Amino acid sequence: MKKTVFVGALTAAATLVAGAASATVLEEVQARGVLNCGVSTGVNGFSAPDSAGEWQGFDVAICRAVAAAVLKDPKKVKFVSTTGQTRFTALASGEIDLLARNSTWTFSRDVDLKFTFAGINYYDGQGFMIKKSMGVSSAKELDGATVCIQTGTTTELNLADYFKTNNMKYEPVPIETNAEAQQQYLAGACDAYTTDASGLAATRATFADPENHIILPEIISKEPLGPLVAQGDDQWADIVRWTLNALVAAEEFGITSANIDELSKGTTNPEINRMLGSSEEDLGGMFGLDKEWSKRAIAAGGNYGEIFAANIGESTPIGLARGLNALWTQGGLQYSPPFR
Amino acid sequence: MSDTHSQTVAYVRDSMLPEKSPPSNQVGAIRWLRENLLSGPLNIILTILSILIVYVLVRAIGPWLLHSIWNAGSLSECREILNGESGACFGVIKDRWHQLIFGFYPPEIYWRPVLTFVLMLVAIAPILFAGVPRKMLWFSAIFPALAFWLIWGGTIWFTICVLLGFVVGYVAFVLLRRVSDLFAVIGAVVATVLWWVFLSGPLSSELAQILPLKIQHVKSHELGGFTVSIIIGVTGIVMSLPLGILLCLGRQSDMPLVKWISVGFIEFIRGVPLITLLFTASLLLNYFLPPGTNFDILLRVIIMVTLFSAAYIAEVVRGGFAALPRGQYEAADALGLDYWKAQRLILLPQALKISIPGIVNTFIGLFKDTTLVVFIGILDPIGLSSAIRADSNWNGIVWELYGFIALCFFIFCFSMSRYSQYLEGKLKTDHR
Repeated sequence: MKKTVFVGALTAAATLVAGAASATVLEEVQARGVLNCGVSTGVNGFSAPDSAGEWQGFDVAICRAVAAAVLKDPKKVKFVSTTGQTRFTALASGEIDLLARNSTWTFSRDVDLKFTFAGINYYDGQGFMIKKSMGVSSAKELDGATVCIQTGTTTELNLADYFKTNNMKYEPVPIETNAEAQQQYLAGACDAYTTDASGLAATRATFADPENHIILPEIISKEPLGPLVAQGDDQWADIVRWTLNALVAAEEFGITSANIDELSKGTTNPEINRMLGSSEEDLGGMFGLDKEWSKRAIAAGGNYGEIFAANIGESTPIGLARGLNALWTQGGLQYSPPFR
Repeated sequence: MSDTHSQTVAYVRDSMLPEKSPPSNQVGAIRWLRENLLSGPLNIILTILSILIVYVLVRAIGPWLLHSIWNAGSLSECREILNGESGACFGVIKDRWHQLIFGFYPPEIYWRPVLTFVLMLVAIAPILFAGVPRKMLWFSAIFPALAFWLIWGGTIWFTICVLLGFVVGYVAFVLLRRVSDLFAVIGAVVATVLWWVFLSGPLSSELAQILPLKIQHVKSHELGGFTVSIIIGVTGIVMSLPLGILLCLGRQSDMPLVKWISVGFIEFIRGVPLITLLFTASLLLNYFLPPGTNFDILLRVIIMVTLFSAAYIAEVVRGGFAALPRGQYEAADALGLDYWKAQRLILLPQALKISIPGIVNTFIGLFKDTTLVVFIGILDPIGLSSAIRADSNWNGIVWELYGFIALCFFIFCFSMSRYSQYLEGKLKTDHR
């Protein structure tokens, strides 16, 4: 079997080398007809395959929206599952066009690793979960606690910083995955479990007795999560950025997947008309797409609020409140620059 | 005086007593118990301890298994049905078994991997068992190409053109043999490679246009679960045995260049962990290859796994060679056999027979090591189990999923182990 596959790869490689010109990412994606989107191998609510093998989740929705904008079909996505170690190499080497894998926007990732973050689709922060029976109501009272912590992540460093600043001691229990953490925490190997607050909520939702566990109010770090692309192709970065902006703006203007067809016939709001392609101005043409690109992106999975509600919102088992991720008009941080 | 001996003298017994049944503690189950479980104070203590352990295990697992739930769509539904009792929630297996086995393979063509698996059993039968007709080896020879076509799909002409490469190589070999044997081998290899690189691609697309014999194409990233494990494992096993034997012969060669290359390769591969090689395959190669090149990730993994286990096989086989008495080599020389004939007819059969347990050990290790691909984002059973647990419905489920995967792995590894014992028994010619 190997030989035949080998020859296949060899010929494929030969033809691809010949055809590998310096095309833009947009041209490559359109020629390929499929968007290669990097996601995680499974994070509850953000990206996971359902029983039919379809990927679902908050990050997955971004991939689908971009595919809808660029390829006119939200299904034309090849989901490449990446791990914490392989995600950035896959993006840098061009194996994937876009990485939507709840990755934190940090200085070194943006500057040193040469990526462009296209925006922030989820404002997260590191929190603590403890058993209610401990009788602790603030992270400041955790002096001397044993803490389950995933190794090799920014959360590990944040934890050390936080305890140092507050002059407290802790004993780390290093663990590898979230699943292992759940087991260790439930078995009582540690007093507290710390990771991103969204992860804590998702984890708590799976317990047989969620009411006996609380997430402490302190958020000890900023974890702005967002989709990112490789540096060097500003057109492609703009497409991803403005697709995300379109989803946020759609929520602000009340465009939903239910009323989008009606609104796209033309409204009295010129900005909605520009977004949905019913105005004279051709915004999509400025970055190589057509007039209706953002209409398709919104129609793919609804606006930002709808995506949030369907995947991680309060009606789902994960049950996250909007919090920082509410629109700026409602006291949150989600804000889209104008479509003009 | 009893009447048994009424006719005889008092002190001589000349008639047999009727046979008595053996004492009750020397027959059947009781005897077995006495001999095997209660033959001394230490054994009695050990027996009692073992019974206690078995009891504790059954107490712990029994109710859990007895209360297993098969019809549930989510973990919370299971918990509702169980209502506080402890019980296994095998609903996850019922809901996701197809994913654990086929990955994201299109459901309407599940028959293709299944058929491939059945054909694989047919193809390896003549290799594993001497009783199967030898003519079936022809099927084994074309099976790899057939399996490739069935699993990945696409046009059959590509597969046929690739197979034609071997024919081209054979023709070149026959034609060039008149010049010299060495020349013929080199010519055959070069002709085959040239055919594959330059002619098979265009020819297959030409033929596909004339007569489009094709089935639905499936991409590598759609493969997953045990399909991926078996593809990587079986291909690795089949390719690494010949490669390992060649490396071993190379290591023992008198030609310095061949020897140094073999030693260097073996020691390098044994010196780095498999996970490093896998990361190299998945990450570093991307940087070396020209941008836009799409070198199938599954193929890269298969190559790395094959090279890795070939180095181990080489050392295991070398152990077999080391156990051969010097006289065997001398006998082969005395018969006037050349190097390859001596290896093929006298030395290798003995060396391989000795190294069967070690070889199978390496194979079992290789098969289990395929789970390491989870670290480079290939969704093998372990990777899929974490993907399944990331679904809100099944988040928090652990034992049922891992238990199922462990059971499947056990079936494969145990049958490999049993086969190796059967083979050892069959080839037993030792003088012990």
